[in-house]
Amino acid sequence: MITVVKRPEPSRAFSLAAPLLAVLATMVFGGLLFALLGKDPLAAIVTIFWEPLFGEFAFFYRPQLLIKGAPLVLIAIGLSLGFKAGIWNIGAEGQYIMGALFGAGAGLAFYPAESIFILPLMVLAGAFGGWIWAMIPAVLKVKFGTNEILVSLMLVYVAEQFLASMSLGLLKNPEGFGFPGSRNLQQYPSAHNAELIAGTGMHWGVVAAMIAVIFAYVLLARHRLGFAIRVTGQAPRAAAFAGVRPARLVLFCLGMSGLLAGLAGMFEVSGPAGQVTIDFNVGYGFTAIIVAFLGRLHPVGILLAGLLMALTYIGGDIAQSKLGLPAAAIQVFQGMLLFFLLAFDLFTNYRLRLGRTEVA
Amino acid sequence: MDLSAINPILFVASFFVAATPLIFAATGELVVEKSGVLNLGVEGMMIMGAICGFATAVESGSPLLGFAAAAAGGAALSLLFAFLTQVMLANQVASGLALTLFGLGFSALLGQSYVGVKPPRMADLDFGPLSDIPVLGPVFFSHDLIVYLGLGLVVVVWAVLKFTRAGLTLRAVGENHDAAHALGFKVKRMRTLAIMFGGACAGLGGAYISLIRVPQWTEGMTAGVGWIALALVVFASWRPFRVLLGAYLFGGLVQLQLNLQGAGVAIPVEYLAMSPYVFTIVVLVFLSRSRSSAPGSLGRIFHASS
Amino acid sequence: MTFTKRTAAKLLLGTALAAGMGTAAFADGHAKTKVGFVYVGPVGDGGWTYEHDKGRLAVEAEFGDKVETVFVESVAEGPDSERVMTQMALDGADLIFTTSFGYMDPTNNVAAKFPDVKFEHATGYKRLHPNVSTYSARFYEGRAIQGHIAGNMTKSNIVGYIASYPIPEVIRGINSAFIHARKVNPEVEFKIVWAYTWFDPAKEADAAKVLIDQGADVILQHTDSTAPQAAAQEAGNVVTFGQASDMGQYAPFPRVSSIIDDWAPYYIARTKAVMDGTWEQKDTWDGIGAGMVGIGEISDAVPADVKAQALEMKAALADGSYHAFTGPLNKQDGTPFLAEGETADDGTLAGMNFYVEGIEGEIPQ
Repeated sequence: MITVVKRPEPSRAFSLAAPLLAVLATMVFGGLLFALLGKDPLAAIVTIFWEPLFGEFAFFYRPQLLIKGAPLVLIAIGLSLGFKAGIWNIGAEGQYIMGALFGAGAGLAFYPAESIFILPLMVLAGAFGGWIWAMIPAVLKVKFGTNEILVSLMLVYVAEQFLASMSLGLLKNPEGFGFPGSRNLQQYPSAHNAELIAGTGMHWGVVAAMIAVIFAYVLLARHRLGFAIRVTGQAPRAAAFAGVRPARLVLFCLGMSGLLAGLAGMFEVSGPAGQVTIDFNVGYGFTAIIVAFLGRLHPVGILLAGLLMALTYIGGDIAQSKLGLPAAAIQVFQGMLLFFLLAFDLFTNYRLRLGRTEVA
Repeated sequence: MDLSAINPILFVASFFVAATPLIFAATGELVVEKSGVLNLGVEGMMIMGAICGFATAVESGSPLLGFAAAAAGGAALSLLFAFLTQVMLANQVASGLALTLFGLGFSALLGQSYVGVKPPRMADLDFGPLSDIPVLGPVFFSHDLIVYLGLGLVVVVWAVLKFTRAGLTLRAVGENHDAAHALGFKVKRMRTLAIMFGGACAGLGGAYISLIRVPQWTEGMTAGVGWIALALVVFASWRPFRVLLGAYLFGGLVQLQLNLQGAGVAIPVEYLAMSPYVFTIVVLVFLSRSRSSAPGSLGRIFHASS
Repeated sequence: MTFTKRTAAKLLLGTALAAGMGTAAFADGHAKTKVGFVYVGPVGDGGWTYEHDKGRLAVEAEFGDKVETVFVESVAEGPDSERVMTQMALDGADLIFTTSFGYMDPTNNVAAKFPDVKFEHATGYKRLHPNVSTYSARFYEGRAIQGHIAGNMTKSNIVGYIASYPIPEVIRGINSAFIHARKVNPEVEFKIVWAYTWFDPAKEADAAKVLIDQGADVILQHTDSTAPQAAAQEAGNVVTFGQASDMGQYAPFPRVSSIIDDWAPYYIARTKAVMDGTWEQKDTWDGIGAGMVGIGEISDAVPADVKAQALEMKAALADGSYHAFTGPLNKQDGTPFLAEGETADDGTLAGMNFYVEGIEGEIPQ
């Protein structure tokens, strides 16, 4: 009979192989799903994965990958720091919204003045907005032991209501004929998070994402805090002996993930989205959770995973319009990806042994 | 502004309907957590139940059959979670999230051809003269069968947990899975059964929304109710009757903000809409001071070393 | 980046990829007209998007082989919509309908990059490029008829209104309905609940139930699902009206009539214009007369004389002899709005952000 035995050390080979196996398995089962829906599975898989990268209009889609992937990577990096330490920030969506509101608010406060200081100020404001929203669950956890999963999640709904309130009230465009939504920041040069090199999709958010990847890598590999995070995640009691202060870690991890999520929101609202609207948030905060796990909570992994997720989104859109694939199929596809990853992850930490069990 | 427009009796009666999905989902999750598993996939299981129940009710013409199918659908989806966490030893938080995402997407797929369809009606139970009692009648005796089933579920779960051997075993597994294993209890089996029960209950809660409360099917129609149910379990300190209290409080708040709007109260809508969530946070803070009531092994992966 | 139809066609021919393309039209050298539709919700919503899709199907039925339609549903407003529109344009669409107000800036952005592709934006007001047109319907004309029926049929004198967002279109609808309800019933009151959604059956059901609990026996809605009709049916004696689509499965009671968005005539006309090469930038705001606003069959639950009056009003609105906003009317604060016989001009209507006299409560800010 087959038994599951814990490995003394996580297997590096499987650590790298698991995501790839997960993608392959998703392609197979996803293809089955598409076939059941009456679509040609091979065509669908090719449309989703190949076409945006190498297809006819790839020159357009490849920059879109960066645009779609940047917020995912930025948020996921922040989340991964916490997840590694067992601190579960599920409210990144709310922090994203608050960052966007603070950032856009800061920018609009200066309208119509032009200055090179406005965008940096917006960056600071956006980071602050996300940070403070994440500080609420952080402080509550440190002071009262309240579960951060639930508090951060409830705050997502609160943030959504704030978004609606701002779109209809304080941030509403006075020249907008009464319609909800702020001024379009894409039309306000000082506040526009424009592409740095035209046609590449690289805006400041993309740059920030890359910096975040490097920052997280260095933090985890070299810095005391990174060590504290890793140890707390793997062996909480050993961490206490090593002098790690759990409260500090909670404040740092939640604060950092909030800050990064807020930044992502701010870059998005002043760049690709352009406006503060009631439906501004599209779920990046939740998708980033998948990205974080898909990337094995490792900065470089997250970078790749973020791009992969972006690929499924963009490929999914193409599949919708070209093949008539329903939008929900892509959501199932993404959920499957996470499922398979979690399943294959077993082999990273455990191995199978054939034969009888030994009695201790 | 005309607060007299709010009819207090109808207002209180409306709590029961608003609270029922929460009661089902939270009670199911309570059992799961008592066994030591944190299943964040409640939202996914609820919406699976909503579509399974809806589709079955429409196809068969019987709402009751729909509810049965909803329980089955929720339980089936929860099996995926059980497989991941008990067999593949995956992280429970991530698995629960995966379940929610998958459930939302899969239900949307299944429900493609059911949008806008009218489901068969489930009538309110007829208590005859009891419904005519002035205040108590409309409040307590004029609801449909499922509302009363929900109340019954809470009582049954409480009784099983407190008085039966199975309940004791479940609680033991949840408190300390290593000790329970050493005593010979089948930890994984108990947890899997608990997970399936939670899935079935969540499915019933979801079906209540799609078959009675709205009643219609739309993608994502549970709109976060599953997450509220998770919060409720903590709010209730893992005690069944407190789940009831929390569900009525929350349901009541949602109804209150709608009623206040209708009565022309000048508080901006968004702040009223925020209030149930803010209130939940406040309550969570106060209650988390007594964190000792959480099951000892909650969220930890169990892997027998022998 | 500019792409003519020819270049796009050539590129597509060269593509060895996607299976489902079957563009046999290119074989004989005369390209089909390709019409794209971007939807904000699912086709099966039974309301707003459903009606737009009916318009699309009407275009297919009308032009048969000469036209090819594509659509993407549930497209979020913002950068996603911009990407979807660009995709459609790259894939060779000649005409693209973007069916939500929130697609306004993306539509204009993409139009700038594809000057040869025509864009039609629903309910918007920005036409920054010559290849962008806007169109909307005078739903307030339908509201006038609803208000007339509501005022007559209410016994409790309380009419519940489930409003979506405090934008001019919705406020126009409330005002129009109220004016005509008050005309036939000076005692009538409107209770307004803001749902902050266009489509959310659970919220709409809750809102409807609350209004009914608070005494309303007529429910008007500016949200798109049938949930309020179901709630009204449960309650038993509440009158409702279908919104965006007929919602005929609830006729003859509680649904006694409806406003139907009929985009087919407009879509067919614009597609024909593209095919003939006569397409020009336009801002269209059509009502009952042009066929864009359909009034659903008034059921027999409505008293015969009320029904006759309603149909008369419908005819008068259609041929222009009656305007829904005709003075004397005052604003909610008492200041004069329209003098005797004066009608509101389109500009005032387009930016309407005040209630008329008699409506209680404030517009949320």
